Amino acid sequence: MIRPGLLQDIVDLTAEHFVLVLISMACALAIGIPLGILLTRRAPLRGWVLGFANVMQTVPSLALFGFLIPIPLIGGIGKRTAIIALVLYALLPILRNTLAGILGVDTAVRESAIAMGMTSRQLLWQVELPLAAPIILAGVRVATVTTIGTATIAAAIGGGGLGVFIFRGIASVDTTEILAGAVPAAILALLSDGGLSWIEKRLSPA
Amino acid sequence: MPAAGSAAVEFRDVSFRISDCLILDQLSFRVEPGETLVLLGHSGSGKTTALKLVNGLLFPSSGEVLVDGRPTTACDVIHLRRSIGYVIQEVGLFPHFTIGENVGLVPRLEGWPPEKIAARTKELLEQVGLDPDKFADRRPRELSGGQRQRVGVARALAANPRLLLFDEPFGALDPVIRRELQDQFLALRHKLQKTSIFVTHDVGEALRLSTRIAVLDRGRLEILATPEEFLRSQAPVTRAFLEVLNFTPRMNANERE
Repeated sequence: MIRPGLLQDIVDLTAEHFVLVLISMACALAIGIPLGILLTRRAPLRGWVLGFANVMQTVPSLALFGFLIPIPLIGGIGKRTAIIALVLYALLPILRNTLAGILGVDTAVRESAIAMGMTSRQLLWQVELPLAAPIILAGVRVATVTTIGTATIAAAIGGGGLGVFIFRGIASVDTTEILAGAVPAAILALLSDGGLSWIEKRLSPA
Repeated sequence: MPAAGSAAVEFRDVSFRISDCLILDQLSFRVEPGETLVLLGHSGSGKTTALKLVNGLLFPSSGEVLVDGRPTTACDVIHLRRSIGYVIQEVGLFPHFTIGENVGLVPRLEGWPPEKIAARTKELLEQVGLDPDKFADRRPRELSGGQRQRVGVARALAANPRLLLFDEPFGALDPVIRRELQDQFLALRHKLQKTSIFVTHDVGEALRLSTRIAVLDRGRLEILATPEEFLRSQAPVTRAFLEVLNFTPRMNANERE
């Protein structure tokens, strides 16, 4: 039932999965948050950028991984393609929440800040981002939990991670293998959700 | 330094347009140093727009707005805004700052040393009738509407601006508190000798607080008069305002400062 070396494999693949998610989320945040801030200042761009992110989200994840394979430079099978797909997938909640969080700052507060002589940069760092932080973080939380789940599909294109167990288990009709992948993934998701929720609560109007 | 006798603020043939809509129509008037000019008008008369032209939140479509003799379009607008106090109806205190941090905002932006900011904050909170020990570390949401607006006024005064702009600051408060804050305004004005432009649609407030009243109607300046002249005026626009108050021209002298 429990084959020798299973526990070690679980630890290895969980670590691999974790790294996959970490790199993808780091890239998604590095792109998504500045892009979201830019969109608050450039209304005409919003439709295009959000539309693009929306399409990325709507395309079934397995298909998204598949679409990227034949593309030169970023394609092929393996971790890099998987990460690119995961980044695209995580963009929408981050973008949308950054936009909503910043635009949602009370008009009177924003008007006061500008009227008192804050520069754009001071406004962003001292008023908009602190007040938008809880909403942005909620988007990060959603994106993280989704990415942990979607990353299981990375195994289908040679990206590794806990999906390896799941696909192997399905192919050989082995429930233990499936669970070896699904349970750690679920635990990772719950821990991330819990941890980020806690930070969100700490950041909310203190 | 402005030349002796020059206006604190001057509007020269100022028009303001959004798309096809003419909000202000060739507005010309002067605000003398030390006076309280009330911009009186109904909603949509353009009075808030006129106010926002003074601190560069908006710029004229034609004509010039001069502050201390310089057109707002020729100034460093950040510096201009920091040298003008601004108080609005919704107050707009930063919810994530303490009361003390809110009051000390412009001094901090201007790089004052922390001890000077702390001392100034304490002084201002006392001046607006709030005990610094009790209020400085609280958050805006813990305060009543009237208290918040007192903080708003303290914040506007913090960097010692010569010019103050008020946009219906007491409009959202109940009449008793409104009266108290008007009293506070009059006391501070007497003490601090600032120039103020005060927007309101309340003719009683205008008569009480102003040295002169400018009545705006659909973007045009209809009347510019002292409160006494306003009360005596037979022009339809002033009569209309006064009727609302059920006024007799013989106003109780104690009502005014």
